[in-house]
Amino acid sequence: MFIPRAGTRGQAPLLIPHNRDSEETRPMDTAFFFIQLLNGLQYGLLLFLVACGLTLIFGIMGIINLAHGSFYMIGAYIAWSLASMTGNLALAILLGIPLTVLLGMLLEWLLFRYLYARDHLYQVLMTYGLILVFEELRSLVWGDDVHGVAVPALLAGSIPLTDNLSYPIYRLAISVICLVLAGGLYWLIQKTRLGMMIRAGSTNREMVQALGINIKLLYTLIFALGVALAAFAGMIAAPVSSVYPNMGAQVLIICFVVVVIGGIGSVWGALLASVLIGLTDTFGKVLLPEYAGVSTYLLMALVLLWRPEGLFKRI
Amino acid sequence: MSDYNRRDFLKSSAALAAFSGASVAGALLPVSLAQAQGVAAKIRVGLMLPYTGTYTQLGVAIENGFRLALAERGGKFAGRELEFFKVDDESDPPKAAENANKLVQRDKAEVIIGTVHSGVAMGIAKVVRESGTLWINPNAGADDVTGALCAPNIFRTSFSNWQTTHALGKVMKAKGHKTAVFITWKYAAGEQMMVGFKEGFEKEGGKLVKELYLPFPQVEFQALLTEIANIKPDAVVAFFAGGGAAKFLKDYQAAGLKGKIPLYGSGFLTDGVLDAVGDAAEGVETTLHYADGLNTKKDNAFRLAYVKAYKLQPDVYAVQGYDAGQLLAAGLEAVKGDMNNKAGLIKAMESAKIDSPRGQWTLSKSHNPVQDMYLRRVVGKENKVVNVAWKALADPARGCKA
Amino acid sequence: MRTKRAVLLPLVLLTLLLAVFPLVGETFYIQLLTKVMIMAIFAMSLDLLVGYTGLVSLGHAAFYGLAGYVLARVAPQYEPASLWTTLPLAMAACAAFALLTGLLVLRTSGVYFIMVTLAFAQMLFFVFHDTPIGGGSDGIYIYAKPLVKIGETTLLDLEDRSVFFWFVLGLMAVVYLFLRRVLDSNFGRALVGIKTNEHRLQALGFPTFRYKLASYMLSGTLAGLAGYLAAAQFGFVNPEILGWHTSGGVLMMVILGGMGSVHGAALGAFAFILLQEVLSNQSWFGAVAKHWQLAMGLFIIGVALLLPRGLMGLMGVAGYFTGKAKSVDE
Repeated sequence: MFIPRAGTRGQAPLLIPHNRDSEETRPMDTAFFFIQLLNGLQYGLLLFLVACGLTLIFGIMGIINLAHGSFYMIGAYIAWSLASMTGNLALAILLGIPLTVLLGMLLEWLLFRYLYARDHLYQVLMTYGLILVFEELRSLVWGDDVHGVAVPALLAGSIPLTDNLSYPIYRLAISVICLVLAGGLYWLIQKTRLGMMIRAGSTNREMVQALGINIKLLYTLIFALGVALAAFAGMIAAPVSSVYPNMGAQVLIICFVVVVIGGIGSVWGALLASVLIGLTDTFGKVLLPEYAGVSTYLLMALVLLWRPEGLFKRI
Repeated sequence: MSDYNRRDFLKSSAALAAFSGASVAGALLPVSLAQAQGVAAKIRVGLMLPYTGTYTQLGVAIENGFRLALAERGGKFAGRELEFFKVDDESDPPKAAENANKLVQRDKAEVIIGTVHSGVAMGIAKVVRESGTLWINPNAGADDVTGALCAPNIFRTSFSNWQTTHALGKVMKAKGHKTAVFITWKYAAGEQMMVGFKEGFEKEGGKLVKELYLPFPQVEFQALLTEIANIKPDAVVAFFAGGGAAKFLKDYQAAGLKGKIPLYGSGFLTDGVLDAVGDAAEGVETTLHYADGLNTKKDNAFRLAYVKAYKLQPDVYAVQGYDAGQLLAAGLEAVKGDMNNKAGLIKAMESAKIDSPRGQWTLSKSHNPVQDMYLRRVVGKENKVVNVAWKALADPARGCKA
Repeated sequence: MRTKRAVLLPLVLLTLLLAVFPLVGETFYIQLLTKVMIMAIFAMSLDLLVGYTGLVSLGHAAFYGLAGYVLARVAPQYEPASLWTTLPLAMAACAAFALLTGLLVLRTSGVYFIMVTLAFAQMLFFVFHDTPIGGGSDGIYIYAKPLVKIGETTLLDLEDRSVFFWFVLGLMAVVYLFLRRVLDSNFGRALVGIKTNEHRLQALGFPTFRYKLASYMLSGTLAGLAGYLAAAQFGFVNPEILGWHTSGGVLMMVILGGMGSVHGAALGAFAFILLQEVLSNQSWFGAVAKHWQLAMGLFIIGVALLLPRGLMGLMGVAGYFTGKAKSVDE
């Protein structure tokens, strides 16, 4: 029996009945397994959008950016405020993307470019300071309340899957959008001239410069791309995750894990690791709820044991 | 390696010493001034409430309620004016003891009113148990405050977490539900409400087949909703609050569970969120110590006065703050405003009968309200009262030795 | 090292100034300064890693929090625990955790190291946040300060705020002297060698991995001491103390003080916390104080961009402009 917490001064959780009955409940059948798979994929793909910007910015410019999670938060808040102004989330996102690209370019031009040659320590320091600034600005501009964002009417329905469970269409749409973006990134990096420069830039900065490519502009563009991707993830996630203060921190740390597992600078590693983490987290929540949070980090520890540099090499 | 010469170092340490000295001296000043002026007549009241962060509005409602009780008595309790000292507790438990200390030691508060967050309340409990300062808790429902941590100087005018879900068992049994799943955040409030429900439900022969937890304050319910659909219980009981509650109600509907598996909850699930959730909450039944449509003389008068004073609709938090004022007033009137007669003051507060907008209530031996729990159903934008689910429900006050 | 003599006098003076504070200061400020000194120990421990060994950890709060949780879980319910058993246990737990994670994180370097240390701290965060081992997100209260007794005689009554203050002050001095001693030894010189050029040391036959591991463990253990004291002082632990804002904060202190000087780290802690108190003081800044983190954030960005040597470097800059003091460079 559970006894009030202070009666046992915090030992209480030991006494929480770990539901003995859970063994009796039915095991997950195929349909539910499939649905949880969808849930995990959707979460993983969303993580990928944030993580790939992080890994690109690091892989190419050598910057460790703690403030990357803030872009996710900013995206979500922009989506919420523009959606409540225009009454249309799709329109809000369309208006929001250029804003975040601009924000990215501005930050790169104003602050980040002074850090390329500096020790990682100062990158950590400055981007940590940026987090504080972004959080306070968010508090000043948008307040500290939690806000819900309505799912667009077009995608508001659900598809019945079993006798009592439906799958929200919007969640499917998120997965599809993320997959399309991942495909777009593949095309951008592998097939375009910009992608060629990105690939070259990640391996040899001087060489790229010697070839007469404007590396400064390239960096500005990549940084803005990373910011926009993270912010976009926040925008499309807003209806399912709500919009709340500090929402970036959690995402950021998980994205670090993604990047460490996938290999720093590797976009495809990030994709694989994101999905891996999405599935681990989702099934962990259902099967071992108390260890779900730890499980993703254990996964990282295992990968580090096996491959200290992550699963994939650059790009 | 750093290799400063002596002069650099001296300069830096001198600068630092001056810096710290200045800040210390500067911060000391206002206190002593305030002390010199205020002691004569005013009662020093410390308000430790969230004025920033997610719970800001709750803190404001509590303060408004308290001030309304004061205004109704002509701005004085038992002929004495009040001087307020405010600390924003930010709903941040690690800072709780430090913040409470600011009020007790720096501001020399004679009574503390606060707070919303249970974790912060535990910090206040720790401080006032040491200092003996009178404390009236106008919200935080942690069972322990009037349980294992109970003390003569600790009072609560709100509820214990256990109380808010205990009556549900009876209600659900009457509807013929035999199995249930409880879903909440994994933190003390959630766990305590789970226990309150489980005890009530099992006493009636029901069976809680699964407890589902989410780390506080996450709101990604999808995996757990899928699990609920898999288990197929007769009913689901939930506790979430604020934005989390709104999100849960909407996701419950989007997952197709609404209308298939009836949803019940602690009253906080549907309080203050109905504007945000559209029809997702329609018909959800909850228990709480306050409801819309009570239509008593006292409640109507309170609502009218509150709207007039603050241009805001009152809520359960405002009621709790109002009652905190009423309780303090009752105690002070009995001792003619003499804060130094602590034993008399406490005794008077213990035996007070509070005529609250929620209905009349008294205090249990552990200083928690013994109060009626209402069954409410969401109708439109209101938590309409259905009936009294449990008359004069008292918290079991486990572990209270006082 | 020339520094040693030069800083000895002012440091002794500062310590003496601190020592008399409990006799004259208000309770609230005694507690504040106690907190500052605990953070100074925490910052000095991290400086060993960041400033001397060249390993930038963003997960140092893991040790700080772990030690606090050990005290909270081992102490009996309402009675005080014995310092003689709980403190060594807490520090041993930190050493063990440092060994375990050190074997993994030290396989990485540079930016990997930053991310992985952060991730491991976060893992511990979830251990205490979600699993039955910790007390959930609400945390655990510690109702009595540890006992320092021999037989039946109480040596130090830590419940007395002044005694606790002096106890922490004494430990801060011990940690400082201990770290100086360590850094003056061959071991310390090897660490600095690793920071400047690890490959050269490897080529010279130094087992650099073991040196780094030893440094990591020592640093973690000392952070544990700080965490234990903090838990004892506040009487409360919750998962946030392992959070990355704690790690970030202590890293700021180290950088603010100017890395690679033990007393610098301690001064950084003083400056950081006092700055925090000043900026968030509502009676000075009114409503603006609510957003003190904005000023703090801008300040940190400024330090990162303009003052690579921290506040200690600022003295050098000032000296440059006034033309009096020489540069503080090596």
